[in-house]
Amino acid sequence: MTTIESSPGAVASSDGDADTNSALGAVAGAFTSTDHKVTGRLYLAGGLLGLVATVAINVLIAVERLDGADVVLDTEVLPQLIDAQHVGLVFATLLPLVMAACVYAVPLQLGSRSIAFPRLASSGFWMWFGGLILTSIALIGNGGTLGGDADAVDLFIAGIGLMAIGITATSGAVATTLLTTRAPGMTMRRIPPFSWSALVFSLGVIIVMPVLLGTLAYLFLDHRNARTGFGGNEGIFVWVGWIVTQPVTFLFAIPAIGMLAELAPVVFGRRTPARGVLFGGLALIGMAALAGVTQQNIQNLPWSGSQLNVDDLETKVRDLVPFLLFNALPVLGMLLVLMVVLQTARPGEGSHFKFSPAILFAFFGFAMVLVGMLGNLLHAADDLDLQGTVFEEATLIYVVYGGVLAAMGATIHWAPKLWGATLDTGKVLPLALLGLTGTILAAFPMYIAGFLDQPAGVSYLDDDLVIWNVIALVGHAFMAVTVLGFIGLVLLSSRHDDAIGDDPWDAQTLEWATTSPAPRDNFVDVPVVHSAEPLLDLKTAATSNAASNDGSNA
Amino acid sequence: MHALPAAPAPAPQRQMLVGTSLAVMAMVMLTGSMLAVWALQRREAIDSTGTWVPDGTTIPEVPTNVILMAFVGICVFGQWAVWSAKRNDRPHTVLALGCTGLVALLVINAQAFVYHRMSLGIGDGTYAAMFYAITGMFMVLMIAGLLFTVVAAFRYIGGRSGDQEILVSHAIYWYAMSAIFAAIWFLVYVTK
Repeated sequence: MTTIESSPGAVASSDGDADTNSALGAVAGAFTSTDHKVTGRLYLAGGLLGLVATVAINVLIAVERLDGADVVLDTEVLPQLIDAQHVGLVFATLLPLVMAACVYAVPLQLGSRSIAFPRLASSGFWMWFGGLILTSIALIGNGGTLGGDADAVDLFIAGIGLMAIGITATSGAVATTLLTTRAPGMTMRRIPPFSWSALVFSLGVIIVMPVLLGTLAYLFLDHRNARTGFGGNEGIFVWVGWIVTQPVTFLFAIPAIGMLAELAPVVFGRRTPARGVLFGGLALIGMAALAGVTQQNIQNLPWSGSQLNVDDLETKVRDLVPFLLFNALPVLGMLLVLMVVLQTARPGEGSHFKFSPAILFAFFGFAMVLVGMLGNLLHAADDLDLQGTVFEEATLIYVVYGGVLAAMGATIHWAPKLWGATLDTGKVLPLALLGLTGTILAAFPMYIAGFLDQPAGVSYLDDDLVIWNVIALVGHAFMAVTVLGFIGLVLLSSRHDDAIGDDPWDAQTLEWATTSPAPRDNFVDVPVVHSAEPLLDLKTAATSNAASNDGSNA
Repeated sequence: MHALPAAPAPAPQRQMLVGTSLAVMAMVMLTGSMLAVWALQRREAIDSTGTWVPDGTTIPEVPTNVILMAFVGICVFGQWAVWSAKRNDRPHTVLALGCTGLVALLVINAQAFVYHRMSLGIGDGTYAAMFYAITGMFMVLMIAGLLFTVVAAFRYIGGRSGDQEILVSHAIYWYAMSAIFAAIWFLVYVTK
């Protein structure tokens, strides 16, 4: 079933890699490889590592909240835990996991032999990883936004800056790949939905991260020297907190949304209808970048109980327009994507359903991100008094855990191309349900607790809130089991050597036209593309030819 | 079984040009955001204390104006390199790149001279920290541009004279740097 054979050069290169089978050789290979699949795997491993640490921190915070009036852990570590949660959810989990999928999948989907600027992409990973280590050391050493050690606070700022540079560098490589190294005939309208989402994501990151970096440069120099203009370490969250709050995090979840749009045509055996609407929807979610560019923590919607009073229409419009631009347009984008996915799922001529466990993860992830976005709409309304409560944390958890579920779906889907194996469907499905349950239990009780005025942080006085915090702890524990189970399945599958075929999902896009696992240079001959579903074209043509041959023989 | 028809391996379509454009986009966002925060802090400082630049600090305007004018030269030399390369005029291309690098080096020197003349300690308040942050970022971008010039020159001297894309990208980088410095010049050195 091999469709495009590996070139002798590619095979030799792979063999060369195999020669360095020792641990030292593997580490050296990972450090120096410019193969986008290796860089993608490194991001995946780093993201899963960050996810484990972040979920553990979430569990610790949830344990601390079991008794709102008492402190279980050392009070001095609580600020670091809260910082670690925010930074961990966005920088150590969501960003590396979605970046991993972009790096390993996009060049394959485009029919490209490599990612553009492969050394830039690889060095981006190492900068991100170095920044993550520095940030972790800083938090352990009493740094962070409320840290007591000045040097550790400086290190915290520098660590986040380094992660931002790394993520931006890799995004530059992904965006350039999409804009320059597509297969002949693959116009922008013909690129797969996931690749389009990767383009919106990477361009958004290139726009937003430098804004963060510039502000961090000010914060670093001011904190290290004067500490007069930016409020010292307590000012860090005031000035750059927008990067770990909504709606900016929606931007980072875009590839997770694109994953559902990517998988729907595969599972339902149809071509994607209304691709323009789908691409427009994904681009609308990218409007979340506006909040980053303008450095907005929150776009308030003051309404003051005067919904029916239209006397002051000008003020209302002035409040409403930015709110809609920042918060509602991404929701509209999500609804457009969902509409196209449902249209794809509609039974029709030629469609055939073929279940893939990846779509379950992707759909659950999409749904969780949507709930987070809807929650963010409420969070912005001043009259609901949700700001400063745990409601904001719940929206972040919905978005990040949703993104994590979709990233797991991406790993399941592209595992054949990454390490030539599939994950055991029977074992993966319970994990999808457990992950969904964990996300809902971890976040939804915090929505309720937010309405009941539980303040952000770990302490509260109302005993009625205990039940919601207990449920949230159970949710985080479920998520921890999901993550550990998933990592176990990935490790197990990567050791298997079963012949799975080059196209196990009967898919439509170019990555399935090369061998599993994909060779170093991806494609021996760069294919010519005549539609958005090049592989489906060939399968249809092959079926038609076979039928006509049968007819003529008869 | 589903073999697609093979095409000749396509050359990357203007990879360097697109990559440079994206880098320029990031540089503009970086500088723009820093200038926005600068303007905000400046307004707040003036509203609360009536002053922004610390007493006794004099901004030397001559070298900053010279830097601005030097960027005109950098842009001309960068474009000259493109023009010459398109005509396979190797000596002029190398000369233009050399001139670009030399003027870039002079700009870095002039900025260092500004630091020296201002005698402003980095710990002398918010203004000082922000001044060194924004001009330091500019210096980093200048050094990156200088390295870009050196790489472009070595590639050209090394025989890759057919690769004119890097020279076009190089020129774009310096055009963007000129715009960036013009904004810094106006807000930091003129408006103060």
